[in-house]
Amino acid sequence: MSNKQKSLQSHPLAGWLMTAPALILIVLFLVGPFILAFGFSFTNQRLISPNPTQFVGLSNFEQLLGVGVLTLDPERDDAGQVVLDAEGQPSYPRLRDYTRNNPDYPQYDGMREWFSFSTGDARTYVLARDTVFMKALTNTLLFVIIVAPVQSGLALLLALMINQKLRGINVFRTIYFMPVVVSIVVVSLLWRFIYDGRNGLLNNLLEFLTFGHFQPIDWLGNPDTALFAIIGMSIWQAVGFHMVIWLSGLQTIPLTLYEAADIEGATPWQKFRFVTWPGLRNTAVLILVVITMQAFALFSQIDVMTNGGPLDSTQTLVFQAVVRGYEQQNIAGGSAISVILFLLVLSISLIQRYLTRERT
Amino acid sequence: MAAVAPTNQRLKTSLRYLLLVLVGAVFIFPIIFMVVSSLKPDGQLLRDTASIRAFLPVGDISLDNYFAAFKRAPVGLFVFNSLLVTGITVIGSLFLCSMAAFAFAFLEFKGKEIVLSLIIATLIIPFETIAVPMLMVVNSLPSIGPDGLTWGWLNSYQVQIVPFLADALTIFLFVQYFRDLPKELIEAARLDGARWFQVYSLVIVPISGPVFATAAILKFLAMYNQYLWPLMVTQSEQFRPVMVGLQYFFQLNTAWGEVMAYLSLITLPVLAFYLFLQRAFIASIASTGIKG
Repeated sequence: MSNKQKSLQSHPLAGWLMTAPALILIVLFLVGPFILAFGFSFTNQRLISPNPTQFVGLSNFEQLLGVGVLTLDPERDDAGQVVLDAEGQPSYPRLRDYTRNNPDYPQYDGMREWFSFSTGDARTYVLARDTVFMKALTNTLLFVIIVAPVQSGLALLLALMINQKLRGINVFRTIYFMPVVVSIVVVSLLWRFIYDGRNGLLNNLLEFLTFGHFQPIDWLGNPDTALFAIIGMSIWQAVGFHMVIWLSGLQTIPLTLYEAADIEGATPWQKFRFVTWPGLRNTAVLILVVITMQAFALFSQIDVMTNGGPLDSTQTLVFQAVVRGYEQQNIAGGSAISVILFLLVLSISLIQRYLTRERT
Repeated sequence: MAAVAPTNQRLKTSLRYLLLVLVGAVFIFPIIFMVVSSLKPDGQLLRDTASIRAFLPVGDISLDNYFAAFKRAPVGLFVFNSLLVTGITVIGSLFLCSMAAFAFAFLEFKGKEIVLSLIIATLIIPFETIAVPMLMVVNSLPSIGPDGLTWGWLNSYQVQIVPFLADALTIFLFVQYFRDLPKELIEAARLDGARWFQVYSLVIVPISGPVFATAAILKFLAMYNQYLWPLMVTQSEQFRPVMVGLQYFFQLNTAWGEVMAYLSLITLPVLAFYLFLQRAFIASIASTGIKG
């Protein structure tokens, strides 16, 4: 048997030896914790506990995801008239009469009001067993739903701008990418000052642009603006990253296609629509998935800027997983949130697979 | 007619540059603001935010905030910790991941394909979802120190290093690069009687500079900027990296000058590094996008 043939044969020992260190580490620190997250989410595991860990089935998930809907008629006096409160609004029976030890409504026991709305005279209350988690879930989804399209769209615009044949264009590429290499923690603290209600740069800038008509806003202290302030900053920091990925996609499109379009007399929009965009489909899917995964992991900005406040308006899934799993040492509760987060991310990437498969 | 066209063209080009500059201002002004503010006393810093002076190093300029930052927190220790943890992790992961990728790319062994695809599948697990159970894992690992055998890795350097020595993205980058290398190089070296580890270290590593640079930059950024994990595992000051050290600076009555000094101190070296190697930085980000 010649040496050449030997080298083409299998080499299990060398192969496993060379991959073993990396494999062991990945199993121990990635696959292991991942499986543990699923395992812990069905138990009452704590970081340090005198009591043995018990299997509790789905109760962590029921606790997190339990919701109920309760429609209440306004209170009426003896004449059948709706009783109005001091502000002239109809008054309703107290919610806690239904959610605290009411044997007629066991399904609502322990729930709190998540939000409510009126339908005619009646008022419908949507109750949740864990309102903070529900806010974290909806905030995270809102963050993803806004950030994914806006950030990828802006990144594409920037990539198109940077892809122009102009002298010195690399200087602009360098500048647009710059925030990406700055830690999001640093960026968050810096922008806390930019968003400041009194001396903040943003308020001053808006006042200047509107000739003093703008009323200063405490961007991070107001429940209506805090999440959007964090969204804006997050896009500012990360958009350069995806600009670069778009740019490498743009540069794979053959120049001859553009030359052909020029000969046909295509307008810039037609060139984008019929040459550029079809050439970017795979890049588009990749970018959407990467941004979505990064957006679901929203944590540092919250920890540095708002701690989930004001009024839980910036709670997120990862932030809650860390608060419970780490600060409250409730490993089981934190793991259950992690599992829900992972299932969300997984479903997004399955959708991505489906979208790319459909094409080929 | 002939004279109109060039003017029109020039106007168009000027508008393009104007747009590029305006967008550039959005990205660079907050960073300029950070650096400039770090040089100003607090009173002036707050007054200056009302005007363009916020972005100009004017007035009472000094390095006092930097000295104050060093007094407030053990900044030198934090920087040392960050460099130590980041340095060891980058070097270690380049070695372990490139060696594993070498085997995946060039050696035939049973189960290789399935193991590799499992590794790549882990790319969709965000670290944030395993951070909490990972606490349990590191809390139950043995360590040998001056007190003999103890359990639990919390508050140490290794807890910040070892879990990040191997990761799917780095292995994936190396595998992609190695697969494009000519197989004849390997065959020739094997015919000369080289052992596999020698083929890896003497033939493949020397010609793989670009992918090592890419992987090093990505790993460096990820490690240096890490926050969640070190926050959870370093309760004691002694092992804290720079990002966790930030917590010393956000209190109720924030001394913004000191904050800006600390932010500049931990950011400017990375920015300088980036400006110096910007082509390599941007190429490394772009390469994460080249997937099938």
